[in-house]
Amino acid sequence: MRYAETGFDLEIDLTRGSIDKVATEPDLAELYLGGQGSAAKLIFERVPPDVDAFSPDNLLIFSTGLLHGTPAPAANRTAVNTISPQTNLMSHSLFGGFFGPELKYAGYDKIVIRGKATDLVYLYINNDHVEIRDATHLRGKGSTETGDLIKKELNDQKVQVAAIGLAGENRVYMASIEHNHASAARGVGVIMGDKRLKAIAVRGTKDINVAKPAELFELSQELHQKIGGSDGNGDWMAVDEDDSFHHNHFAWGNARTRIKNYWSPELQERWTNWKYDHMDRQTGCYNCPKKCRNVIKWPGRERFAYKCYGKDTYHMAAFLELDFSYEILGLAQEYGLDSYSTPQVIAFALELLEAGILTDKDFPEMPADSRGRFFYLLEKIVRREGIGDILANSVSQAAIQIGNGAEKFDHNTTKKFEQLPIKLGKVNPAYFLMIATGEKMSITQIEGSFPQDPLPTREQREEFVAKWDAVPDEKFKNYFLNWEKRNDITDEATCDIVDWNEAMHYIDDSTGLCGFVSSFRGQFGGGVAYHMNNIPQVIALATGVAMDKDKLWKAFQRIRTLVRAVNVRRGLRRKDERPPEDHWAVRDEEAEQELLSKYYAFKGWNSEGIPTRQTLERLDLGYVADDLEQRGILVVGADGEVGALGTGVAGGQAAGKAMGVAP
Amino acid sequence: MKAGQNPKTKTIQEIKVDIDKCTGCRACEMACSAYHAQPRYSSINPARSRIRVISDELNDEYVPIRAGDYTPAECTGRHIYTINGKEYSECSFCGASCPSRDFFIEPDSGLPLKCDMCESVPALAEPMCVKVCMTDALTYVEREVVREEIPQQKRGQIEVSLEALINQYGLEAVIDSLKQMPQAKNH
Ligand code: SF4
Ligand code: SF4
Ligand code: SF4
Repeated sequence: MRYAETGFDLEIDLTRGSIDKVATEPDLAELYLGGQGSAAKLIFERVPPDVDAFSPDNLLIFSTGLLHGTPAPAANRTAVNTISPQTNLMSHSLFGGFFGPELKYAGYDKIVIRGKATDLVYLYINNDHVEIRDATHLRGKGSTETGDLIKKELNDQKVQVAAIGLAGENRVYMASIEHNHASAARGVGVIMGDKRLKAIAVRGTKDINVAKPAELFELSQELHQKIGGSDGNGDWMAVDEDDSFHHNHFAWGNARTRIKNYWSPELQERWTNWKYDHMDRQTGCYNCPKKCRNVIKWPGRERFAYKCYGKDTYHMAAFLELDFSYEILGLAQEYGLDSYSTPQVIAFALELLEAGILTDKDFPEMPADSRGRFFYLLEKIVRREGIGDILANSVSQAAIQIGNGAEKFDHNTTKKFEQLPIKLGKVNPAYFLMIATGEKMSITQIEGSFPQDPLPTREQREEFVAKWDAVPDEKFKNYFLNWEKRNDITDEATCDIVDWNEAMHYIDDSTGLCGFVSSFRGQFGGGVAYHMNNIPQVIALATGVAMDKDKLWKAFQRIRTLVRAVNVRRGLRRKDERPPEDHWAVRDEEAEQELLSKYYAFKGWNSEGIPTRQTLERLDLGYVADDLEQRGILVVGADGEVGALGTGVAGGQAAGKAMGVAP
Repeated sequence: MKAGQNPKTKTIQEIKVDIDKCTGCRACEMACSAYHAQPRYSSINPARSRIRVISDELNDEYVPIRAGDYTPAECTGRHIYTINGKEYSECSFCGASCPSRDFFIEPDSGLPLKCDMCESVPALAEPMCVKVCMTDALTYVEREVVREEIPQQKRGQIEVSLEALINQYGLEAVIDSLKQMPQAKNH
């Protein structure tokens, strides 16, 4: 019997209209866990680099995590992977809620979608009954509206639906996939729309078996109590009304302007009233005692929910207040738009207008006020009308299309992807590495285990490490104890820290655990429920696979290296591994490049950031080495050294103020 | 005196539901299904849970209901309740295992499921669903009520109902239907 997993993937070809239930190899879990890990393997094997994002041969994969459906709390992140038209790299997207567990109960670990339907369809999965159904009557419907209509049509309120809105239908690059009040961001809705797949509806009533029932249940209950009972887990922003951190430190508009003393008690009171006057309740995800989502009903708008910094992006891009975000977020949710990248695209367009690169003619009948302009451009983008057709291709792609100096205004992207609007002073080495080499496209998907900043006194640091259960190795305690100034830390420690941060995300995204109880949350206080020292045991009890810390760490390295191989094959090289040039005001190109070289060596990658044969073989990825050699990306016998060192342009001297970000 | 020691009273176990506090997490479903799995905790399947959360995000509706008695027929009409400006179907509060929806029905056998208050020896301090509900949407109370008269009263009701059925359909038809009812074996 397969434990924790179902042992089956659902393979859908939308061109042919075929549906296949395919048994998977039993040893995959041990090597690639599940979720994003095993999805990366499918993409490596089945989407060669000459397959364009919009090709019918591109895959769109919905993966449950290895722990979905088991009693392990907060295991509910569904991973969505495909090739992104924006970056031409493997996309990384996750969403919470109930979809993944329901898919497991329906008897599948993954839905693998290829081909394209001729017109809008939706996929209905009810245990063994799987159907591709007409969805032309859902054209133009909002994302949660679509979910509601499908539930009524199927006469089943317990169906879990993931759907795109108008943005996805119109292949907007910033399109999200929405499920109830959870959202799959970072550009996957565009491919769902391109495949003409409006929605997936899942209902499952089968058992998920676990290997060690009583032990797993007991451990899960301990974790459940710990998550529910401590503020070291979950999103504290759901309840903390003091959001001075983002407003005083992050940049407004097109990631340009810092307003250092923006926050005030009067403002906090006004915003808190807006929130509680319009908040229905706080909700959580499947089998998690936290309630991270604030559900808001704003007059005249659709009910929506937000998490974390998601409530700030629109009003900060528009230089407005929280009421504006509340007003626009319901609409953006129904259109199915990524609330991180979309406001940046709009602010970028308005900056181009101000600079004269775009003119009034590009914005016919646009209102004069910021609020009106954002609504106006939102409509243009989701409908791909006029300038919206270009803006819908994201900041980097739009800048190239517009030309005429617009590229200079594309100043806040890495690997062609919009980054958080953070502009600081001196380079922070760990953050340099994470933003430069990360392939999850947002720093929030890479940082998270090691604290962002040192604590001021030795006593405080000692107190911190004394109860720090999450460290995978004692050396991290020493790094933290001896860390006094943020930018003053050895390269060796930096490499270790970045690696640990990355490891936790790669493990979460393959097991399906939520970052707020694991990879993202340990940096704030250290008291996170899941960590390197207990996840192996949870996996072992759930799956019956012998698992320990070393094996799990190696699985992380395997998955991480495989994702890199997918992207290297699509052209990713050292020259692309650069944070936005103005991310820090003061840069040191030489030191940064030296650190990057050390990190590549630490990872077992060559000077171009390509994993060497030796590394690949050590991680049981010999087939990847063969492929890279066949393509001439690795040179046979030279252990991978190819081409000249591409260090790109010199460090930017662009805008940015002195630092001072503290948690 | 401890609960259940007085022969003249009996202990009523109650699970109070505060729907304003429910986050829709369905931990209660997970735990109930694990607890009733054979062997215990060996499988998870919310469809086997004796508690289900009726949720409708668009309407901000989250209502945990426990499985009550089996009812063979769909109700002929349903009330719509408006509470705090939100409309709820009567079904959102009804714990019956009935033909109009597919929960509280064992997915393999099709037999009705019923909440047993996690009956076990030794007894749990509180039922599983309450234990995992960390938002206090579910709370457990035990109450002593006087025992006398209750059984009589109940038998009286059954008699009245049966008499009505016999009047309508005749004695033989009623006996036949009783014999054919699959859940009759279950009781
Ligand atoms: S911690 Fe918050 S976001 Fe994560 S699973 Fe729980 S409720 Fe969802
Ligand atoms: S465990 Fe509690 S909060 Fe969660 S769904 Fe059940 S009743 Fe609601
Ligand atoms: S009391 Fe026990 S049997 Fe009844 S619904 Fe709760 S967990 Fe299930």
